[in-house]
Amino acid sequence: MARVEAEVGVEKSGIMKWIDDRFPFTETLKLHATEYYASKNFNIWYIFGVLATVVLVLQIVTGIFLTMNYKPAAADAFASVEYIMRDVEWGWLIRYMHSTGASFFFIIVYLHMFRGLLYGSYKKPRELIWIIGMLIFLVLMAEAFAGYLLPWGQMSYWGAQVIISLFGAIPFVGEALVELIRGDYSISDITLNRFFALHVIVLPLALIALVFVHIVALHHVGSNNPDGIEIKDHKGPDGIPLDGIAFHPYHTTKDLVYIIAFLIVFSFVVFFAPDMGGYFLEHANFEPANTMATPEHIAPVWYFTPFYAILRAVPSKFWGMFLMVLAVALPFALPWLDRSRVKSIRYRGWIYRLALTLFVISFIALGYLGLKPADTVYVYLAQFFSVIYFSFFLLMPYYSSIDKTKPVPDRVVYHG
Amino acid sequence: MTDDVDRNRRHFLTLATAVTGVVGIAAASVPFLASLQPSARAQALGAPVEVPLGSLDPGEMVRVMWRGKLVYVLRRDPTMLERLNAARELLKDPDSLVVEQQPAYAANDHRSVKPEYLVIEGACTHLGCAPLPQFAAGSLEADWQGGFFCPCHGSKFDLSGRVYDGVPAPTNLRVPPYRFVRDDLIMIGVDSGAA
Repeated sequence: MARVEAEVGVEKSGIMKWIDDRFPFTETLKLHATEYYASKNFNIWYIFGVLATVVLVLQIVTGIFLTMNYKPAAADAFASVEYIMRDVEWGWLIRYMHSTGASFFFIIVYLHMFRGLLYGSYKKPRELIWIIGMLIFLVLMAEAFAGYLLPWGQMSYWGAQVIISLFGAIPFVGEALVELIRGDYSISDITLNRFFALHVIVLPLALIALVFVHIVALHHVGSNNPDGIEIKDHKGPDGIPLDGIAFHPYHTTKDLVYIIAFLIVFSFVVFFAPDMGGYFLEHANFEPANTMATPEHIAPVWYFTPFYAILRAVPSKFWGMFLMVLAVALPFALPWLDRSRVKSIRYRGWIYRLALTLFVISFIALGYLGLKPADTVYVYLAQFFSVIYFSFFLLMPYYSSIDKTKPVPDRVVYHG
Repeated sequence: MTDDVDRNRRHFLTLATAVTGVVGIAAASVPFLASLQPSARAQALGAPVEVPLGSLDPGEMVRVMWRGKLVYVLRRDPTMLERLNAARELLKDPDSLVVEQQPAYAANDHRSVKPEYLVIEGACTHLGCAPLPQFAAGSLEADWQGGFFCPCHGSKFDLSGRVYDGVPAPTNLRVPPYRFVRDDLIMIGVDSGAA
């Protein structure tokens, strides 16, 4: 580390000095990379933040190239997507990277959030990082939803019909709000045009801004670790946390290995299973939007299905929407719902371990049920798993406070 | 110089500047928000549409578009009309008491101007999917009296578009304003009064 600092010190002349006198280039680099110390016992769960950033960049780059050929008009949209797929050089690759990237974005973000639940990353002093992260998740859902309308297929149209109608369940202002979102009396060319604007300008800008703030907040308090202890509590004489190593070059080189592994998996899906058997790209969406007929079976893309199953579990428009919104809103309160003295699952008792296991099972089960038709037995199951989903959050203040915890070590521990 | 600062005056000016700024932003946001409303063209496309009924046989239904919305025009045959009230006790709002869902002249058992012809929007009042016609008695379930079934979330409606109890859809299917121009021609989008 001393060597790295010396190198940076040497650059205090010439062009770097000229720049640093005018812009804190070296200072920023140190603060966020070469002198940002993160725990040395990070495990695989700590890779998903970096991977999410990689996918964000991938989505922006492929998205830019798609806009060069896509036409956001009801009469042209479906044909322009087919044009990209068939006539544009490598257009199929760019489009499949973008559509596969959307699903991978959610896989990564869900795993990233699960890491937070495992190691208590949302607990003091990282509450704001968690809340900003939840906002990123919200914007990401809006971004994915807006993007799904653009190909103007059957599922695009009717999926949007369903989701936009949700806002109609808001008392008093609902119907007016729906009209404002659509900009028309039904989903039309006008709606498609503004969803394009949302998808390529408004929401990506919000996403990038939020990711920036997320990282600034993280680097201000420092990263958590699998032991859930503060490495800043034990610093060496040089003021560097004893259990910390510089983000660059140590974590970055390790991350690079994971990124390559991720890209291998990603490429495999892009080349061999871009529609993932109808889960990443739904079959009904290979038909142009038909405003006269709803597809027999309508289901959102897989990453929305847990929330969709909760919506359908209640035979009431208002309460269905209310519970779905609550399902997304409750995680925001996690830092205050959790009363445990320790952060990491390593030092928590059996109650939290059981609760987290049941929560993961219920989330996956709801995701499966959301893909199924609204038959009676599936609705009963969705109700059952919804109860578990909500109990995880609503009962947390109780079970997290009575759960027996183990003593937390002073310094980080290695496993295997 | 710094000692004789009039703090009250400074506070007032700060507040006045802030309030003016907020009012200015609010005023400037009006055109932007208003631009999101349905445009003049979208409103113009919402003009009434005529539907000829001459070629419609009893028991048949046609789909037409009005304001970009799907509208069903169903000519009910005598057996359908007989079955209208067979499942009355299973309906949520059999007397069409929710006034927003139909013009006053359609707040009856057949929910239409003439009992034979049903004109309703083909948008489920739950989340907007197009309900499928299931007109034959017993076609959906054993004691089914015929009506509409929404494939998305399983809402059920009778042959007048009245919603069954215990399904996600909160209200009856909406009846658009319409009038008979002649016995064999209706105009959707205008009332008899408005024409």
